[in-house]
Amino acid sequence: MDKTILDLWIGIFVTLGIAALFVLALKVGNASTTFNTGATYRIIADFDNIGGLKVRAPVKSAGVVVGRVDDIQFDNRKFVARVTMNVDRRYEFPKDTSVSILTSGLLGEQYIGLEAGGDSAMLKDGDALKLTQSAVVLEKLIGQFLYNKAAEGGAK
Amino acid sequence: MPRTSSWGPPVLERGANAFRIVGRRVTNGVWRLGYASRFFLLTLTRSALSFRRFRGLTFREIYFAGVLSLIIIIVSGLFVGMVLGLQGYETLQKYGSSEAVGTLVALSLVRELGPVVSALLFASRAGSAMTAEIGLMKATEQISAMEMMAVDPIARVIGPRFWGGVLSMPLLAAIFSAMGVFGGYLITVVVIGVDEGAFWSQMQNAVDFRQDIVNGVIKSVVFGVAVTAIALFEGYDAPPTAEGVSGATTRTVVTSSLAILGLDFVLTAFMFKGI
Repeated sequence: MDKTILDLWIGIFVTLGIAALFVLALKVGNASTTFNTGATYRIIADFDNIGGLKVRAPVKSAGVVVGRVDDIQFDNRKFVARVTMNVDRRYEFPKDTSVSILTSGLLGEQYIGLEAGGDSAMLKDGDALKLTQSAVVLEKLIGQFLYNKAAEGGAK
Repeated sequence: MPRTSSWGPPVLERGANAFRIVGRRVTNGVWRLGYASRFFLLTLTRSALSFRRFRGLTFREIYFAGVLSLIIIIVSGLFVGMVLGLQGYETLQKYGSSEAVGTLVALSLVRELGPVVSALLFASRAGSAMTAEIGLMKATEQISAMEMMAVDPIARVIGPRFWGGVLSMPLLAAIFSAMGVFGGYLITVVVIGVDEGAFWSQMQNAVDFRQDIVNGVIKSVVFGVAVTAIALFEGYDAPPTAEGVSGATTRTVVTSSLAILGLDFVLTAFMFKGI
């Protein structure tokens, strides 16, 4: 086989392969958001119950993804879940920001929602959030509903 | 068997023979495995020589193993993606989440189907050709002739084919996955009419670069090594007859398909536990 034709085809093949990898990384995957992890700061929050929250779940404020969950640990002294989040440096939040675990859709995955407070001081790297709201556990919710119904029935 | 006739009654003799058959099978298996491992190690250690002296040959093998497999990989990737799109849509729209079809197509392709199916196609398309070629080279005594001329057949014949296959496999798997996602896009967005923005954004939310794409590439590299090593060993080990070469070609396809599926289970168990 002619050397130049061989080179041409191998060039086309390798370029196609690398282009496919780039398409997978940038268009299909989230590499475009993975690679700028340098510009983040960490905030910590304690929850009584994190439900089905997982590492790498999104952290959203007003529905916009501002960061990701970095680490979930169990604090064996206070018996709570300690969640560490990486938040993009471009976004700053007041110190009294409240944080809750929410669910996207009825059966969707769980994410963390940040709601900005009114404090003039801003959160810094490693700060802990005080106002936390745990995940909604369906069994507890149903239990509460039944209890309220029973209480209503008794009052009538 | 006069040698073992001192064993006593013929019933005992027959029982001992049954054990002998099992024993011979095991010994043969272990012997072949050891031979294959030494062959693989030899291929690796002679690779430096084959890169220095026969670099052009490695490119030639990338052409035969990679470029000539492009058509089958592109076409089957497209069809696998289109089928996934159709089937996924059928099921997901029952739960009112037909936008998640992008996630389904991309995750199944990038994690499993891309590396596995392209490795299976590669084994039957390029692996069998390698075995037949080397088996025939051996049958026509070209390998012995090389040794006579003080050309190392491992560095000259095996090394370039091994690296050609190992370098081609991840690229083929990536092309397969990309074509599959494109096929899924064609069917679900263009034909059925799923919302395009939701299709891509849900996919990008779910597919992680490190967890999914890099793991898929690692899988395809492992499969590339396994398929090429099996194909080359079977060819080199083939009895130098017509039946020997045909049997070796069949064994290449069967063994490497089983190896791909087995390795895939092991790799998946290590990569995706508890995520």
